[in-house]
Amino acid sequence: MRMTRQNISIAVGTLFFLTLPVIATMAGEPYLVTLFSRILIYALAAVSLDLMLGFGGLVSLGHAAFFGIGAYVVCILSMHAVDGTSVLSWPVVINGSERALVAWPAAVVLAALAAAVIGSLSLRTSGMHFIMITLAFAQMLYYFFVSLEAYGGDDGISLFMRNTVPGVDLAADHQFYYVCLAALGLFLCFACRLVDSRFGMVIRGCRENERRMKSMGFATFRYRLVCFIIAGAGAGLAGALIANQTEYVSPGLMHWTRSGEILVMVLLGGMGTLFGPVVGAAALLLVEEFLSIYTEHWMVYLGPFLVLVVLFAKRGIYGVIIGGNGNHG
Amino acid sequence: MLLFLEQLLNGLQLGITLFLMSAGLTLVFGIMQVINLAHGSFYMIGAYVAATVTARSGSFLLGLLAALPAAALVGMLVEMLVLRRLYKKDHLDQVLATFGLIMFFNELTRMVWGRQPLFMDVPAWLAGSVELIPGVPYPSYRLAVIAVGILVGVLLYLLFAHTRVGMQIRAGASNREMAGALGVNIRLLYTLVFGLGTLLAGLAGVMAGPILAVEAGMGESILILTFVVIVIGGIGSIRGALVGALLVGMADTLGRAFLPALFRIFLSAAVADGVAASLASMLVYILMALVLVWRPRGLIPAHG
Repeated sequence: MRMTRQNISIAVGTLFFLTLPVIATMAGEPYLVTLFSRILIYALAAVSLDLMLGFGGLVSLGHAAFFGIGAYVVCILSMHAVDGTSVLSWPVVINGSERALVAWPAAVVLAALAAAVIGSLSLRTSGMHFIMITLAFAQMLYYFFVSLEAYGGDDGISLFMRNTVPGVDLAADHQFYYVCLAALGLFLCFACRLVDSRFGMVIRGCRENERRMKSMGFATFRYRLVCFIIAGAGAGLAGALIANQTEYVSPGLMHWTRSGEILVMVLLGGMGTLFGPVVGAAALLLVEEFLSIYTEHWMVYLGPFLVLVVLFAKRGIYGVIIGGNGNHG
Repeated sequence: MLLFLEQLLNGLQLGITLFLMSAGLTLVFGIMQVINLAHGSFYMIGAYVAATVTARSGSFLLGLLAALPAAALVGMLVEMLVLRRLYKKDHLDQVLATFGLIMFFNELTRMVWGRQPLFMDVPAWLAGSVELIPGVPYPSYRLAVIAVGILVGVLLYLLFAHTRVGMQIRAGASNREMAGALGVNIRLLYTLVFGLGTLLAGLAGVMAGPILAVEAGMGESILILTFVVIVIGGIGSIRGALVGALLVGMADTLGRAFLPALFRIFLSAAVADGVAASLASMLVYILMALVLVWRPRGLIPAHG
């Protein structure tokens, strides 16, 4: 491992996240653990979007849909487990569950399925159409959950208690934090391997020049669809975690402004750099937290700031930290 | 049958409002190749200015006359300060910058006007109803909205097809450099087109004011529907925007009105209402998906 600025930054960052609960306890600010759990969860969603956005060149404005689906799956399964009813009684019987080992994979699989359907329709188009269509599909799901009275409709549903995992107490904030950290770490490892694999090369090739990839014989549609599905699955996992963290889910979780926020995290941190979105998520949520202490109207400052970032600082915070060309991928 | 006619008019009225929004937005998309999420903000600005001026002066017409230039001026200002710098950038940058603009405008209206929604009264001279078809009294205000929409559609057609400025806009759309070399002031033209688009959005906002609550964030719900309209109609095509707007307006209104009754035929009342409500709110998106499968570039694409 060479001592490049990138490696040092990653090492420092990892060390920081590993020791954060200890620091928070010593500083007498246990609230920080909750805040940083949130940051880790949003970071996971942002990294999953970056796979598609930074490496695949697919600008999706509907990523929060998969985030919301993951959260709803966890809450719906839990609600039925508490009531002792089944989610489906026909054609197969599906019972509720409070176990994370059942609910989280279910959240991931259902988010991936939704991504498969939405992706296979949206990827028929590109550019401006793609942005608008992903946005519209996400809104469709948003309105679906708004009108779904059985599961709280507009008000959403709360989680009776956090999911259970043998040997881990998710209700304890410190342990939950480390579970989130592990989820993010695993997804980052997976994403790093994926980006450098043959699959990742094809995806990046499609970003640069899809027509050329096609003429070289790659079925670009299928590669892009798989990329879309993986991103959706990652967001589904993040959704399952956020449902456990807030112990509540509402359609607001999949509103399109949420998709916009995740997109902002990716760009703020540095697009196409896997670790950038983590920095971006932390930056955005901390700025929100910090500004809202001083003013209720923090968005008035954040909005123009965003415009300035787009106009003048394209490489994002992570790009500045690691310096040089620093363009991984 | 009478109920059906009434709902048909409601659908037409929603369609017309959507047409005003999407005509402006599709121009900006098609001519400048810019994706502008902040279009809904000008709708909101139009509604707020109209509501305030109407409440102060007591005259709806004064409100309308104040709102249109306000929306157009703010639009042109935004074009000169921000959008102009985005023409050469990629779509992602445009999405993010205009997303920032939405945040700014929404929060600014909250700071100026507070969090409580404003309510606008229908002007007295439009408060009654007209029996257009015997047995169906229909609010005059909504009829006026439909009339204004049709008038705007005709004016837009005349502007584009039969005036010099319209010709220059079309020339700028098909080849920016060439039109510029022939002496057309492209920068000014783009600013004017953008101003025209935001003026139409402002007009839509004023007309929606007495029907809906005027509140921060009101622009976003109609923005998404506008996107659906444009995707269905085809980006950059005004005729497409008209067809798409009417389709979406009708589908949404008729779906909400008649799906519950339809489902009650073969489902129990409680289940039917739930399913119908879900389906009705998703109907326009399903329509969009179907159009997309059939014609990925929209029903009436702008170029070929």
